[in-house]
Amino acid sequence: MIDYDKIVTEKARSIKPSGIRKFFDIAQQMDGVLNLGVGEPDFFTPWKIRQKAITVLEKIKTSYTANSGLLDLRRSISGYLDRTVGVKYEPKDEIIVTVGGSEAIDLAIRACIGEGDEVLIVEPCFVCYAPMVQLANGTAVTIETKLENNFKLTAAELKEKITPRTKMLILPYPNNPTGAIMTREDLEPIAEVLRDTNIIVVSDEIYSALTYGKDHCSIASLDGMKERTILINGFSKGYAMTGWRLGFLAGPQPILQHILKIHQYAIMSSPTVSQYAAVTALEECDADVQKMVDEYNIRRRYLVSAFNSIGLPCFEPEGAFYVFPSIKSTGLTSKEFCERLVYEKRVAVVPGDAFGECGEGFIRVSYAYSLRNLKQAVKLIGEFLDDLKKEREGK
Amino acid sequence: MTQLLELLAKNSRLSNAELAILLGKSEQEVADEIEQLEKSGVIKGYTTLIDRAVENPNLVTAYIELKVTPMAESGFDDIAKFIAQYDAVKSVTLMSGAYDLGITIIGENLRVISDFVARHLSTIDGVISTATHFELKNYKENGILLCDEENDERGFVSP
Repeated sequence: MIDYDKIVTEKARSIKPSGIRKFFDIAQQMDGVLNLGVGEPDFFTPWKIRQKAITVLEKIKTSYTANSGLLDLRRSISGYLDRTVGVKYEPKDEIIVTVGGSEAIDLAIRACIGEGDEVLIVEPCFVCYAPMVQLANGTAVTIETKLENNFKLTAAELKEKITPRTKMLILPYPNNPTGAIMTREDLEPIAEVLRDTNIIVVSDEIYSALTYGKDHCSIASLDGMKERTILINGFSKGYAMTGWRLGFLAGPQPILQHILKIHQYAIMSSPTVSQYAAVTALEECDADVQKMVDEYNIRRRYLVSAFNSIGLPCFEPEGAFYVFPSIKSTGLTSKEFCERLVYEKRVAVVPGDAFGECGEGFIRVSYAYSLRNLKQAVKLIGEFLDDLKKEREGK
Repeated sequence: MTQLLELLAKNSRLSNAELAILLGKSEQEVADEIEQLEKSGVIKGYTTLIDRAVENPNLVTAYIELKVTPMAESGFDDIAKFIAQYDAVKSVTLMSGAYDLGITIIGENLRVISDFVARHLSTIDGVISTATHFELKNYKENGILLCDEENDERGFVSP
């Protein structure tokens, strides 16, 4: 008989399943769960974009594109980055179109990280960075951000973790799960720390279109930073195009020429229909995005106010579509809170520690749901808190 | 449309306190803004969106095209206002193109509507002709889909 344990590498076997995944597996087995755990927009992809895809299919544009993506799309991305973050990238060799932001992250890590390299990961954060670093034989070094700093990275926290082996900083803002953003003023001290180093920044800006009240700022736009930044973005969140699997990375040509080889061998080229549709997204859909942002903003204000008023203190997020209230007052761990909430009230939210140890004591609540659903969920969470209180008093 | 109006258009039962939270304003600011909108006639009232087909499946809605001879001085206004007086008439609109007034009527059954057209509308001075269209199914009203249930197709997907 074949021994699969001997087939699969030790490295692959040692990768832990993500904390979100584990929790979803519980929620998925139950009926009628009000699920506020999902990290994808509830809006439909704007009709103009879908229409474009239909036309492309009718015209049978279904072959591979250039490895780095349709030139028209790379031009549109270049224009988009210029007008949104004020950085100019050459469409020819400074932009690669990828299969979602996820592939872009994987490519950047695989191309730059090897045995013994340290990668600074700012937590709480999206769950994929550390496992990918691990697969690349690198060492993930955590930087824990703090509620009292509004979950922003500070220069002091960064400096403390830099060693001669530090090769990369992954900067995930606007942040999933906290909703924190980094303004130009917040980024400047970080850039100052990095300017004299040989550390490359991977700036994961997948939520850049979703900020509230303040415009997104990319670290690549700061003096001297474009040359040491790989900027990652995509269409999933801002344009509600998760299933289209399209993202991109932009950065220095000397790095991208090698990244392109990995992309060529692994992927060939990103989905063609999605690429044509993405040109429409970038060129014609600003108003659609603004409409979604306005709607998210309404829900954000509602949730922050609602959580604060039911006794779960909630820091005011300025980006993405998550709020990150503290559940420390309940005396439960994040996991206990979330498991009991889903079993007892059928509301699914994600335990904060799924995004790093410093997320313990918090829960991530997505507001990619209608206001009606959010209100219902808050009501049920309120009831759950009352039950917990009675329980404590009864003891 | 302002965000305040959009919220009210979707749900006019939102209280000023709720609107204040959703819009990031003070309750007083919201109250002042609404008062101003009422005074200036932007807000005409607060209604309920009823799916009549669910409430009473027998009800019939008709859209009637009316050709009219405009009157000296008042033009179409007097006839339009005259027609608007009937309770059964839900909307009256002056249109450009092949006909002049577009009217929506709701009645208990087909007979009631055809009686209304024959006895009340056709007989009005100045009405030249009528064309009645019966509504078969209403899909969307006031920007709200009536026929689709909210259906979240997103799965429990994550890395």
